[in-house]
Amino acid sequence: MISSTFEYERVSTVAEAIERLQAAGGEAKLLAGGHSLLPMMKLRLASPGKLIDISAVQELHGIVREPDGLVVGALTTHAHVASSPMVREYLPALAQAASKVGDLQVRNRGTLGGNLSHADMASDLPAVALAYEAEVYVVTMDGEETLQAEEFFLGPLLTAMPENSVMRSVKFRTPPSGSKSVYEKVPHPASGYAVVGIAAVVAVNEDNVVTHARIGITGAADVAYRARGVEDALIGKAFTEEAIQSAAVYASDDGMIAGDLYASEAYRRQLCKVHTARALRKLLAQ
Amino acid sequence: MSQKQHVTLTVNGVKRSLEVEPRQLLVHALRDDLGLTGTHVGCDTSQCGACTVLLNGEAVKSCTTLTVQADGAEVTTVEGLGDMNDLHPVQEGFWEKHGLQCGFCTPGVMMTAVGLLKHNPNPTEEEIREGLEGVICRCTGYQNIVRAVQYAAQKTSQQGTAVEVAAAGSGSEE
Ligand SMILES: Cc1cc2nc3c(=O)[nH]c(=O)nc-3n(C[C@H](O)[C@H](O)[C@H](O)COP(=O)(O)OP(=O)(O)OC[C@H]3O[C@@H](n4cnc5c(N)ncnc54)[C@H](O)[C@@H]3O)c2cc1C
Ligand code: FES
Ligand code: FES
Repeated sequence: MISSTFEYERVSTVAEAIERLQAAGGEAKLLAGGHSLLPMMKLRLASPGKLIDISAVQELHGIVREPDGLVVGALTTHAHVASSPMVREYLPALAQAASKVGDLQVRNRGTLGGNLSHADMASDLPAVALAYEAEVYVVTMDGEETLQAEEFFLGPLLTAMPENSVMRSVKFRTPPSGSKSVYEKVPHPASGYAVVGIAAVVAVNEDNVVTHARIGITGAADVAYRARGVEDALIGKAFTEEAIQSAAVYASDDGMIAGDLYASEAYRRQLCKVHTARALRKLLAQ
Repeated sequence: MSQKQHVTLTVNGVKRSLEVEPRQLLVHALRDDLGLTGTHVGCDTSQCGACTVLLNGEAVKSCTTLTVQADGAEVTTVEGLGDMNDLHPVQEGFWEKHGLQCGFCTPGVMMTAVGLLKHNPNPTEEEIREGLEGVICRCTGYQNIVRAVQYAAQKTSQQGTAVEVAAAGSGSEE
């Protein structure tokens, strides 16, 4: 199917993109990889009057290492994130999640910035952004803004990004040294999106006591959330199978879980528990 | 109404100029404007992969790419892979291992396989199956498709040549 008509313009700077967004008065949308926006436009679930193609904006590409994390440009593709040696070394859960997005062709086009901006409730990357306590760098009409991952995702397809703004990059914080991290996903058999996706980051001290635990869960609730109940139950305890089992029961407590066509509420809560335990067990075995 | 825009594509090594509406999908430029009907459309939901082509050397779904997005880019379709006298190793694999039945999915599967082998010249069976997640075949049950890709990988490593085709672009770098 073909979308309704629109104007198209390719810009080469962030400033230009913001200027065009402002000028269009809410009629325009940014276009990155197009792998969330174009499918919606083809089904006529979205019909923006104008697309501003930012894919050629150089400053939005690439991955840079900083002392406390990796700054990933908004236009970095899933394929690039998944294969980056730096991401694989410092943020393994991010590399794993990116490698599980859609399929090979989708990963060649879809971008990190587009994925987080679109904020689909079943997207993979929001869980990882939460678990690595990411900072989202946004350029607005009035300057730059930094948003914390936890305040970024507001609801299905809804983020805290101000109007007429461009996501520049995202800093995923490298967890304390000695941390282990993993992304565990139950893909929907038809769409491939996450029915539930769990990003888990855990650090233990020399006595095997958990000193750091961050759990991000996507797919299960109306928006990705931090499973603080699980984190609190782990921190200060010895990292053992028993600790995992008693912490995982809290996995669905921090999300607004509801049933839909794909899964009932009870099933989703069960998936959260079982797969949080599996994710933690993988870390225990590492 | 949106104005038509001028777009230049290098398709299978040949430079082509087109006037297109911004909403035109790349697959329609290839099929309807350039007559390259080897690239198929099998769905409306970006899931079947029948439309897969190489864009600057990487496998992408041409039903989920606007022609205007591809302006200035190199596109390789199944017509650019090889011909009956000079089959590409992936095409030869499908021939030798009976990797198709009705053939509708085949161009997209082959282009995806080329994209896979470019980054992973010696994939395991599991890696082949994962790499072909984005293509749907309603006939074969995938067994012979996997064998065809294995054949191509083996053939290519024996020849010591890259599976890349003429128009393949550079990979991503950091
Ligand atoms: C068949 C298929 C399967 C998929 N499976 C999965 C899956 O399993 N898991 C998953 O997580 N995702 C999946 N996706 C979605 C995919 O990851 C998308 O690529 C991604 O969600 C959007 O990135 P994009 O670059 O394509 O964004 P676009 O579609 O270009 O844009 C999406 C939205 O974000 C906005 N936007 C884009 N970039 C910026 C920016 N820099 N600043 C501000 N706003 C911006 C756009 O205006 C638009 O509203 C799938 C997609 C397809 C087609
Ligand atoms: S036509 Fe089905 S994915 Fe493109
Ligand atoms: S051979 Fe018929 S769909 Fe694949």
